[in-house]
Amino acid sequence: MKPGTKFLVGAVLIVASVGFLIAQGVKETGVYFLTPTELAAKTTADPTFYDVGLKLGAKVVPGSIKRVSAVQQVDFVVSDGAKQYPVTYRGIVPDTFTDANDIEVIVEGRLGRDGVFHATEVFAKCGSRYEAELDKAAKA
Amino acid sequence: MTLLGNFALWAALLFGIWGAVLAFSNRWHGRPDVALSVTRSVYAVFAALVVASVALWKGIIAHDFNIEYVWAYTSRNLPAGYLFSAFWAGQKGSLLFWAVVLSLFAALAQAMTPRRYAALMPYVAGVTSSVTVFFVAVMLFSGANPFERLPFTPADGRGLNPQLQNPGMMIHPPMLYLGYISITIPFAFAMAALLSRKLDTGWIHAMRRWMLVSWLFLSIGITLGMWWAYVELGWGGYWAWDPVENASLLPWLTMTAFLHSVMIQEKRGMLKRWNLSLVVGTFLLSIFGTFITRSGVIASVHSFTQSNVGYYFLAFLFLIAVVSYTLLYTRWPLLEADVELESMVSREAAFLFNNLLFVGIAFSVLWGTLFPILSEAVRGTKITVGPPFFNKVNIPLGLLLLVLTGIGPLIAWRKASVQNLQRQFAFPVGVGAVVAALLAALGVRELAPLMTWGLAGFVSGTITQEFWRGTRARIRMHGETIAVALAHLVGRNRRRYGGYIVHLGMLVYFVAFAGMAFKVQREATLKPGESVELKSPFGHTYTFTHVGISQFKQFNRYVSAATIEVARDGVPDGRIVSEKRQHFTVNELGTEEASFEPSTEVGIRSGLQEDIYIVFAGAVNGTEEAVYRFNINPLVWWVWAGGFILAFGGLITMWPGGGTMAASRRNAQAGYGVELATAGVEPQ
Repeated sequence: MKPGTKFLVGAVLIVASVGFLIAQGVKETGVYFLTPTELAAKTTADPTFYDVGLKLGAKVVPGSIKRVSAVQQVDFVVSDGAKQYPVTYRGIVPDTFTDANDIEVIVEGRLGRDGVFHATEVFAKCGSRYEAELDKAAKA
Repeated sequence: MTLLGNFALWAALLFGIWGAVLAFSNRWHGRPDVALSVTRSVYAVFAALVVASVALWKGIIAHDFNIEYVWAYTSRNLPAGYLFSAFWAGQKGSLLFWAVVLSLFAALAQAMTPRRYAALMPYVAGVTSSVTVFFVAVMLFSGANPFERLPFTPADGRGLNPQLQNPGMMIHPPMLYLGYISITIPFAFAMAALLSRKLDTGWIHAMRRWMLVSWLFLSIGITLGMWWAYVELGWGGYWAWDPVENASLLPWLTMTAFLHSVMIQEKRGMLKRWNLSLVVGTFLLSIFGTFITRSGVIASVHSFTQSNVGYYFLAFLFLIAVVSYTLLYTRWPLLEADVELESMVSREAAFLFNNLLFVGIAFSVLWGTLFPILSEAVRGTKITVGPPFFNKVNIPLGLLLLVLTGIGPLIAWRKASVQNLQRQFAFPVGVGAVVAALLAALGVRELAPLMTWGLAGFVSGTITQEFWRGTRARIRMHGETIAVALAHLVGRNRRRYGGYIVHLGMLVYFVAFAGMAFKVQREATLKPGESVELKSPFGHTYTFTHVGISQFKQFNRYVSAATIEVARDGVPDGRIVSEKRQHFTVNELGTEEASFEPSTEVGIRSGLQEDIYIVFAGAVNGTEEAVYRFNINPLVWWVWAGGFILAFGGLITMWPGGGTMAASRRNAQAGYGVELATAGVEPQ
């Protein structure tokens, strides 16, 4: 075999293993990213779609946050305007997760059969509220 | 000031267009006066943008809250240092920052490139001016003008986001920007080479140092970003595979690939097409990174808010991709390789595989970052992948890369002989095996960290051997002392030994990254006097006792500080404080108003073995009972150490002096002499 051909074989091997690792990685670690409306549609269409790891992106319903500091539990309700889900989370929430209105969150976890979303991670997006207000003020 | 600023932006736009049109019109061939006009237009753009920048800074320092940008990102009580960095804290200011730095680099490229590349320079100016014009146009025409005024004048500004009020934040973004921006210069040289059909290695010599500068800024910027995330975000780590982090890693990966493959082109005249594609690809990835950061199409912790500015970048990205790859395609036949690959067991082959791995890693990172969008477009449902995906894919690829880091520099060019392999690899392989065996005996059972550390041993063996052999040869040949010989060895072969030092830095990163596999964490709610224990991976038992919470006012913020008393293996070991901060601004009536969400100041004690990392998450209902998270993070200190080593090595490789072609050739031969002397004979 010519060295060029040998190299080509090596290159194909590397490219193939990169492709394999990516495909495998997506299959094993990919999680759905859904809005409450999409999640509701999923559970209606497929009644077994509970206790599946997924991410839920929505807004926190103002005033719905209840903190039980002693056990570091936070309960709140998320909504996308059409559907809403109660969420329960144990652990420390990020600074950006506040009682201010209109905070956007991404919660990762599972929807239990009890209809409550059991979150293992809570990400709060900051900034948008602030910059949206800023736009309003600038246009006023 | 805004009038002056706007005027300066328009001036920059017009000068830039003038220069670009003149450069691409080709009228400067044989017309030195026209070529001079092109060069001068580059300086004029720079001057105009400096005026605009000064105007913005004046507005910020004068607290002119009638300027929307000043109102949005500063306040009267903002500490002076952060006033300075507020320049690039927001979208609009960072666009101006980008433009002014790009015009500075463009001017430097014109001024500093030796005269023998004069035939390239008008094209270089044309490309840099076009990119600058794009940035200025975005400011002027897409509602991103930093000099926009409000219809009224507020009494105080909104203040700067507290997460940006951190010393790291003063230098992290500009470092990254400098890295991103300076990629434009190598790209401009690549385009100039294609346009002028001067496709020998001339353009590479003219731009190689720029590529190194860019690479160094990007490396430092990424490391500072890790540091900022670690001390400021408070989630306990330094790299989360966030889209914006990935966006900075992507051009770094392709650039690193280029810095290796360019050596093959210089020495063997191979890979010309590949190298040009890498330069173009790197530039595209840097624009893509800007797009990701600014468009908000992918959710990220620190992207700017969704705005249409992102779509200007997307359009620009497509335009550049089409133009540059078309140009590359039309010059394809001119880029024939001089020789063919001779053997799989050669340095060329090792470098080729190294390049494939870098590009493979870049591709997987890009794929994972874009996957939510791709899956939504193709399958209709959004599927995201997170850190587990990136780790799963990149740990094996990273380990392979580590193997090549050890092999590449030692293996002979063209074709390595069996003796060459034995002579070069016996010692390093031994070191790696001993390290792995030792760690396994000490109880390390996890495969990935064990392999990483074993391979790190192997690579450090190769580097040590290289330094030792070179130094010993100098001692023998010139009768120098060890220190002198070492200094001369590095000083006279800066590119080679600087490169080894960079490898050493990377090695230290890898060692540190693997350490994070062993981090431990515990959350607890404690009343004053209560304590928890945490066993560290190095076998120490830490006891954390909650002392109490104190509250006070400091600068522009109210602080709740929670104090923890640390004991290590039962021996008192000082106190660590973590803070919750609530920033405020002062309104028209002189009363203080809370601004932004409260922010956490992590309590960190860094050590060579492990970091104690304490987050005060809040008090229970206003009492002194506190909620904490305690982390023990192994080997984090070594990430920052790796960064310093890497930066040091990078500086050596690009240090000026010995800069002329003749001198560098002489140096290369001197290095070759050392090689021959140590090898005994065997000139391959």
